[in-house]
Amino acid sequence: MVQFKPFKGNVPANIATLTEVFGQLASERAPQLIVLPEAALTGYFLEGAVFELAMSAARFAETLQTAWQSAAGSDGRTVDVACGFFENDGGTFYNSGMYVTLGGSQPRIVHVHRKMFLPTYGVFDEERFVSRGRHLGVFPSVFGTAAILICEDAWHAIMPTVAALKGARLLIVPSASPGRGLRADAELESVTRWKALLSTYASEHGLYVVYASLTGFEGGKGMSGSSCVISPSGAVVVAAPALGACILRVALDVAEVEVARATLPLLGDLAGVLPDLWFDEDLPLPKHRVESD
Amino acid sequence: MLPVIEAPSIDPSASLSINGALTASWLEAFLHDELVVRRGIPRAVLGLSGGIDSAVVAYLCARALGPRNVYAIRMPYKSSSSDSLRDAQAVIDALGIKSETIDISEPVDAYLKNVPDADARRRGNVMARMRMLVLFDQSAKLGALPIGTGNKTERLMGYFTWHADDTPPVNPIGDLFKTQVWALARELGVPMHVIDKPPSADLEANQTDEGDLGITYALADQILSLILLGYSDTGIVERGFAAPDVRLVRGRVDGTHWKRHLPTTAMVSGTAINEFYLRPVDF
Repeated sequence: MVQFKPFKGNVPANIATLTEVFGQLASERAPQLIVLPEAALTGYFLEGAVFELAMSAARFAETLQTAWQSAAGSDGRTVDVACGFFENDGGTFYNSGMYVTLGGSQPRIVHVHRKMFLPTYGVFDEERFVSRGRHLGVFPSVFGTAAILICEDAWHAIMPTVAALKGARLLIVPSASPGRGLRADAELESVTRWKALLSTYASEHGLYVVYASLTGFEGGKGMSGSSCVISPSGAVVVAAPALGACILRVALDVAEVEVARATLPLLGDLAGVLPDLWFDEDLPLPKHRVESD
Repeated sequence: MLPVIEAPSIDPSASLSINGALTASWLEAFLHDELVVRRGIPRAVLGLSGGIDSAVVAYLCARALGPRNVYAIRMPYKSSSSDSLRDAQAVIDALGIKSETIDISEPVDAYLKNVPDADARRRGNVMARMRMLVLFDQSAKLGALPIGTGNKTERLMGYFTWHADDTPPVNPIGDLFKTQVWALARELGVPMHVIDKPPSADLEANQTDEGDLGITYALADQILSLILLGYSDTGIVERGFAAPDVRLVRGRVDGTHWKRHLPTTAMVSGTAINEFYLRPVDF
């Protein structure tokens, strides 16, 4: 996992940095999966510049492919990469996360998740510039079925719950979280909240959580880093500091998912009870899909 | 009888507590990113008044950039307290930063002699704007970025000269209440006599901030923090604060929103800057 610190809006410079990182990773024990944060190649707070810097999923995959091949050579060595980017889909814009296999004759896009919960309050203004994703999908990753949740997607407990019910055993969470909440404690309130949420999701559903966050300051707003991997028992396997770019290397043991679920079968319990909850007449939910205008 | 476990009573000042070490390292990283990484200007210049705010900023700049890259400018007026010059020198000596003293009496008086009717407020504003003129000229001379020293309390209370104290493009302490600046100063090792002395704009003899504002910083900060969270005046009074104090602070905040913005520009197009054409400051 790469805790990344981009130059705002300078895509060529950020690609150059990414290529260096790929080169470092390829020259060491090459990983099976490299996870990068939300908006990694542009920076997060772009405002109207989203329209200038967003790219199609295909072009973004090609960009990653070129970086990987120039770093690792074009001998066909493959790697899976998950990375956040601003997506331009024919003039409609999304804050997206891609899971792609690089290194073959061409990049193979496995999945694109479009962020569903767009923070538009306080310091955030996402829905002014990008559209809301409408689907939470799961996909086959190198570590089994996975889902991508982007930043505020993962502040709503129902999102990892739905992903887990759909079969996810790995949650990939690219994030760009401006740190806030100085208090007497030795870490920011927002960082504490992230850790508590992600640990709860991992242990409740028995899955791995890989949280990759931007770091560095964007116009006074400090991205709070603290990237981490959390095991299916809820334990932090490895964690980065809030400040400073770095690489986190971790071996995921997919057997841990089954051990955790066998020990604490909450996900199975939920699957059994969910119909009763869902069709409860008092629950203010439509029982069939309603298209919003 | 079962034992009763009482919840602790809420201390309204507790929400203003900060971890000094975390705050210092966060702001140090901010200054390094803003100046060195983003702007490629590894030097800072600031007006060092002898008060706590500019002392704290000097300490942060020295940590972020190294003392050799920090220029402190002392800008006394002839009526300024000699204690201010002395206290500023104590900070300069403690940090080993570079310094210069530029007396603003002559240029200020060159203007004021033509406006003998200027009251204390106008005279103070002229001094503040002269200091900013000096600071920006020193910035150009030294190749150093001016760093702001205004805190959140005075920004919210409008207790500053518009387009003077607030003009530097980078400010590390503008989101810290005055009481938090005091806590940070202790963490950074600012000399105790600078921390403990009554804050003053030092524009007139025996002037103090709290005298000017009509309320202590400790009290104002607690009321301000509740106002910012959206509590009504009634709700704040219910939490134990005096209604006149709440009215005073609310009045200062509501009367000075304009001072926290750029000038109001008439919008006549669909591409108005900062209305339609939106780009972040670091783009």
